[in-house]
Amino acid sequence: MNERTILEAVRDGLTEEMRRDPLVWAVGEDLHIGGLYGQYKGLIEEFGPGRIVASPISEAMIVSAGLGGALVGTRPVVEMRIADFALPAIDEIVNQTAKARFMFGGQARVPVVMRLPQGLMASSAAQHSQSLESWYVHVPGLVVLAPSTPADCKGLLKSAIRCDDPVIFIEPRANWQMRGAVPEDTEHLVPIGRARIARAGNNLTVVSWSAMTPVAMKAAESASESGLDVEVIDLRSLWPWDMETVFASAERTGRLLVVHEAVQVCGLGAEIVASVAESIGPTLRCPPRRLGAPRAPVAFSPPLEAVHRVTAEKISAAMREMVQS
Amino acid sequence: MTSVNPNEAARHLALLRTMLRIRRFEEVAETAQRAGEIPGTLHLSIGQEGVAAGICSALEQTDFITSTHRGHGHSIAKGAPLTAMMAELFGRTAGSCHGKGGSMHVADFAVGMLGANGVVGGGIGIAVGAAQGLRVRGSNAVVASFFGDGAANRGPFLEALNWAAIFKLPVLFVCEDNGFAAFTRTAYLTSGKGPAARAEALGITSATVDGNDVIAVADLAATFVEHLRRGEGPRFIHALTYRLRGHTIADKGTYRDAAEHARREAFDPILLLLRHLTDAGLASEAQSLAVEVDAEIGEALSVARASPFPKPEQALIDVQDAGAPA
Repeated sequence: MNERTILEAVRDGLTEEMRRDPLVWAVGEDLHIGGLYGQYKGLIEEFGPGRIVASPISEAMIVSAGLGGALVGTRPVVEMRIADFALPAIDEIVNQTAKARFMFGGQARVPVVMRLPQGLMASSAAQHSQSLESWYVHVPGLVVLAPSTPADCKGLLKSAIRCDDPVIFIEPRANWQMRGAVPEDTEHLVPIGRARIARAGNNLTVVSWSAMTPVAMKAAESASESGLDVEVIDLRSLWPWDMETVFASAERTGRLLVVHEAVQVCGLGAEIVASVAESIGPTLRCPPRRLGAPRAPVAFSPPLEAVHRVTAEKISAAMREMVQS
Repeated sequence: MTSVNPNEAARHLALLRTMLRIRRFEEVAETAQRAGEIPGTLHLSIGQEGVAAGICSALEQTDFITSTHRGHGHSIAKGAPLTAMMAELFGRTAGSCHGKGGSMHVADFAVGMLGANGVVGGGIGIAVGAAQGLRVRGSNAVVASFFGDGAANRGPFLEALNWAAIFKLPVLFVCEDNGFAAFTRTAYLTSGKGPAARAEALGITSATVDGNDVIAVADLAATFVEHLRRGEGPRFIHALTYRLRGHTIADKGTYRDAAEHARREAFDPILLLLRHLTDAGLASEAQSLAVEVDAEIGEALSVARASPFPKPEQALIDVQDAGAPA
């Protein structure tokens, strides 16, 4: 095991895959100087400008480069810089990339990874803070991943690059410097569609992903001090999502709380809660719940931004209500 | 009668053959749609065949194209089999996309046809991306992207042209200007000096050509494709043509008068080439080509009619590997 930050782990993951497969290449803004956050640092020196392509600020074309490149047999990794900037390319993602294989009757595979660093970070305001993962889960054809730890970010990025489907790879941009143990094995591949039990517990199940997982863990630790034994599931993979693990845990604890940074209305929590209610609803001790952000754009000023932030305190309060009900 | 170089004669007859295959394919499809045999609508390219035939005559089978919602002609010119295309229009299993795509999403990857597209301008960036991918693979194939005059007013047009220019990618941009963006005259919608001037402004060598003069299109395409193979960066062709049918099959064309239409019929690219071939003493060769093409289209129609509809479970196949529909 190596101690790595998330930033180092994903850089290692991409480097390993580019060494392994000459058809893997990356494209996005400022990649020649390492990308916005440094997650591509040093790659142009090793792989050259033909495979580390520093592009114009041209989101629709960045995604098209990935799609076109995939259709002629390469495996592009597409950098969107910030998740919000995928929106100028939504036609290319939803109408083109997600549907190419299906529309063309299986003639094409579209092995492209679209990297979307996402979430609230230091007063980034309304157009640089959104969490829109549920949009992508709604679109047939896409795989959606949202890991939280260095090991999972690396292992799932590697799996995403090897996957023949288009993958939306959501990265917790506020947590690039978060450290953790990462296996040294270059075949460290986290399977798509498998959740991770981040913390075992018996009284209540919390499901979360991406930047919310460490927050949920914090809430679970403080709950244990007051005698509430909370299980935390880091979903990691949002489509496909690990229904088996979530259903089994919720059935055992009898309580389910889904926590996400996205707006609560029509967030992925709604889908998970509905699925659990339909399958094992009668076995639960209390109604399953969601916890997300209010349905308002994210404001700039810190006390206003804080209104959107799902904190450990808010999670603890929701858990208390569920246990007391 | 003018004397004619045998190589030239063969080349011109090949262009005629391609245009006739497109024309007859679409005429037969039009009839089949009106008879209720083809579901959905059709966007016919009747009158525009010179562009598809001329451009694709300069490409190898190992080269690639992207196309538009009006894409039958591009596919046929690139070498897609007529039977699989006709069956696709019929929504049958023998279709090139097994009935999943239909007219608007015809594709044939075996001949480098990377897909028609239901979104105006949707294929331009894909062509540029394909060229970038080909560079990663060390291939010397080139990519031609067909799009209409309406697409030149969309953002992806700018993004794709600029990108191809800065990376010097081997892309032949082909603006097939049929005079109308759906139901509105392009002249009312497009400011400035037009698509070629926009390409020039981005540093892309461009040329405007009479798209109904298939020989002129073919000659220009051959020159530009040679530039692409030499690594000189993208090229842009603005091909002027005229759509002799409606935007869709249901379009009655109330936005243009009959006199205009009749005037433009005289410039039908097939008529123009036939006249040229007749002058060159090749009328009987042209006539026998037409007979061959008719037989081929008849065969495509029979195959399409005989092919079964896909089973309903096919609706959930080829969505994705991970998380496929249960």
